[in-house]
Amino acid sequence: MGEILLQLNNISVVYSDVIQVLKGVSLSVANGHIVSLLGSNGAGKTTTLKAISGLLKPENGEVTDGSIIFNGVNIQNQAPEFITRQGIIQVLEGRQPFKYLTIEENLRVGTATRPGKPYKEDLEMVYSYFPALVKRKKALAGYCSGGELQMLVIGRALMAHPQLLMLDEPSLGLAPLVVQEIFRIIRKINEEHGTTIVLVEQNAHMALQVAHYGYVMENGKIVMEGTARELADNPDVKEFYLGMAASGIAKSYKDVKSYRRRKRWL
Amino acid sequence: MKKPSFHPCGNFRETYAEELAIFDTWFGRVSLIVFLLLLFCLAPLMLDRYLLYILNSIGIMAIAAIGLNILIGYTGQISLGHGAFFGVGAYAGAILATRLNLPFFVCIPAAGLITAMVGMIFGIPSGRLKGLYLTIATLAGQFIIEYVLIQWESLTKGTMGITLPEPQVLGVNISGDKAFFFLIFACLVCMTWFAVNIMRSKYGRAFVAIRDNDRAAEGMGIPIFRYKLLSFAISSFYAGFAGSLWAYYMVSITTEPFNLALSVEFIAMVIIGGMGNIPGAIFGATFITVLNELLRFATGALMNVGWIAGLGLNMAPLREFVFGLAIVLFILLEPKGLAELWRIVRSSFRLWPFSY
Amino acid sequence: MEFFLQLLVNGVCIGLLYGISAMGFVMIFKASSVLNFAHGELLALGAFFFLSLVTWGKIPVAAAFLLTLIGCFVLGVLIEKFFLRPLIGEKLIFVIMLTVGLAAMFKGLILLVWGGNLHTYPEFLPASLEFHLGSIYIAPVYSATLVISVVFLVLFGLFFKKSSQGIFMRSVADNQKAALSLGVHVRRVFALSWAIAAMVACMSGIVLGIINGVNVHDLSAIGLKVFPVVILGGLDSIGGAIIGGIIIGLLETFTGGYLSPSLRDVVPYIVLVFILMVKPYGLFGLVEIERV
Repeated sequence: MGEILLQLNNISVVYSDVIQVLKGVSLSVANGHIVSLLGSNGAGKTTTLKAISGLLKPENGEVTDGSIIFNGVNIQNQAPEFITRQGIIQVLEGRQPFKYLTIEENLRVGTATRPGKPYKEDLEMVYSYFPALVKRKKALAGYCSGGELQMLVIGRALMAHPQLLMLDEPSLGLAPLVVQEIFRIIRKINEEHGTTIVLVEQNAHMALQVAHYGYVMENGKIVMEGTARELADNPDVKEFYLGMAASGIAKSYKDVKSYRRRKRWL
Repeated sequence: MKKPSFHPCGNFRETYAEELAIFDTWFGRVSLIVFLLLLFCLAPLMLDRYLLYILNSIGIMAIAAIGLNILIGYTGQISLGHGAFFGVGAYAGAILATRLNLPFFVCIPAAGLITAMVGMIFGIPSGRLKGLYLTIATLAGQFIIEYVLIQWESLTKGTMGITLPEPQVLGVNISGDKAFFFLIFACLVCMTWFAVNIMRSKYGRAFVAIRDNDRAAEGMGIPIFRYKLLSFAISSFYAGFAGSLWAYYMVSITTEPFNLALSVEFIAMVIIGGMGNIPGAIFGATFITVLNELLRFATGALMNVGWIAGLGLNMAPLREFVFGLAIVLFILLEPKGLAELWRIVRSSFRLWPFSY
Repeated sequence: MEFFLQLLVNGVCIGLLYGISAMGFVMIFKASSVLNFAHGELLALGAFFFLSLVTWGKIPVAAAFLLTLIGCFVLGVLIEKFFLRPLIGEKLIFVIMLTVGLAAMFKGLILLVWGGNLHTYPEFLPASLEFHLGSIYIAPVYSATLVISVVFLVLFGLFFKKSSQGIFMRSVADNQKAALSLGVHVRRVFALSWAIAAMVACMSGIVLGIINGVNVHDLSAIGLKVFPVVILGGLDSIGGAIIGGIIIGLLETFTGGYLSPSLRDVVPYIVLVFILMVKPYGLFGLVEIERV
């Protein structure tokens, strides 16, 4: 593993002073890697991302314990303006475009971390990754399709020159072909720019294909980690996330569920 | 379990009936009764005319503020037209008394009912509008009513004003501050009792449901438009009732006082007293009325201080400034209002002298 | 016919004034969804500040104008920082009543300092702005208003469409969370929108002062007339504010001219109730998409 870019040490997150969502999460992200974060709904993946990017406060959440070190700087409970300027950009779940802004204006908001600097080249760069956006650049984002919007929000994040890009469920609600396209581009961004990427995904199959390293979360804790290869070969991960039995035949959902009840990691 | 006698030091409620009870203990009930008895016996004897006048104004304003609190604090509909409704009540009472020569105990409730009708008309936009759009609609209502009061001269005598006859009970004239003190505070007690109880009923619960989430309330089967109108009606009934009482007390009325500033004053009473709290409205009315009098006194005194008068400054606007400041400070520092402060004071006595 | 045309011209001119007064109001609403009841007092503050600089300070008009704009910019930032920021996310009634309280404070302050009398500015507009079209007379101040409102409309249009800050402001109004995630300084955007709005308000206050003279009561009444204007134009549309202003201005002058002068001041509110019943989002407002 290369040099560590982001390090979470035993962090706890509490919402509204009462609901504890993360119960001591530690993970590290190596520079230049794609790290994927797997887990079922409510496991705490999105909360982990928000704890890193400082977006917990508007939701009345707080990191109560532990530390988050990025590039040697402690960013725990800092304001999002500060964290984004350190080079961490989160792409929110569920494609949150600015509906009443055009595609190009949406992309320009991505330059908020370095206002006043030229952005024309970055626009070209984003358009070269996502050629589909070029002919829609004058259209209001509210009228674009889901696939275009996903490209838009990733492109918008790229405009900020992030060192660490965090993607929250980029495949949500998209057609399989579009998902493949998006993952291909994610890979390409990682290779060409050396951007470190944290990927939260339900689609574990796709995620483990592109990722170098992976963590599995459950109930606010990390329960398993390993290289993407190791995880993909792990029989438990196979059963729960890839839907394959040891024999290689997909089990019915019912069986997986009952099995899961017996065999919890914690 | 034996019921606690004084303030309970925790939540010992076991049934819904206890949850809905107005007084937790017999001590609360008795102390209120004692307070009222003392008020009715001592106040008219001890206070001079000026203080009684203030007390009476508080009583009238409190009735109107309770009405507005039902609308704002319980139903969540912000109205900027309460001052105008107060005026409608005053004029309705005055016109009924002078044109139709009705006795006052008919006039006052009738004025309340007329105002309730007017309030319902201006509540109709609440069927389609929410939040700030409704607020703007009631602002328009304020201006339109003001205009009608001034311009409909054949009925309201415009800027000339109307002079009311003295109210009579069983052949005895009610005049002077003392007599009015009994009338006003008897009305205030009845109206408070009515408001507190309506909030414990099905209607009160529906109002609170609409305030908290009107879509969810609709989903629960509450006909929200009908209930919003009802809330407007009740609130304007209170305003009209108070207005006509005020008209009798003032003897002669003009259109001047029923402007936007009065509406703002009523909202200030509700906010400073505590939204969604009936006694809070009374606290708020007390606070604003006393503040107004104090400021009038203070500006008058300041005008006579040599060097200030020498500066040629007019200190009268100080009243407006402090009034605005009071609203702003309460919103920023204690948005739950005086009722919350009163609760804090009470609960600190709860464990006295063995507090921790 | 002549009477009609003169009314038409007056109506448009007054309407333009309402329009630019409403622009600042719309701006605050657009960025932070605050309904500003203290707008009229902001107008008055600008007008009085300018008055003091010109008549008592004897500063040249252009410099005084600039100083006033800067002063109002600072004032806007301060109002946002001390009064509105603590209320972000609070109930609507608190925000509304806070601005009402601010209005009372400002009004009291203005009355304390400048008194309630009518003041006038010295004559400084060039006579070349005067127009006589046939029998219709356009006073210099009206043509100045026309020029100023067009200039501001274009400036705002460019600011919101082209400049980065303008786009950031729109993005905050659109989706605050997404804007935060991209590092837009949301608090700074709020402060900036208040600052710009206060600046626009004080400028329109000055123009109004030139026409009607400077008086707190008149100016704060205009602050309330902004409501029908913005409801007609749509609460979040700057162009709509201008058009709404013109419609309200025309309505007022025609009712005043043909029906009755006393009805003049109420007509906007009657129209307001009507619009709210028929088309609550105004002529140009964005229809809010509400999903359960």
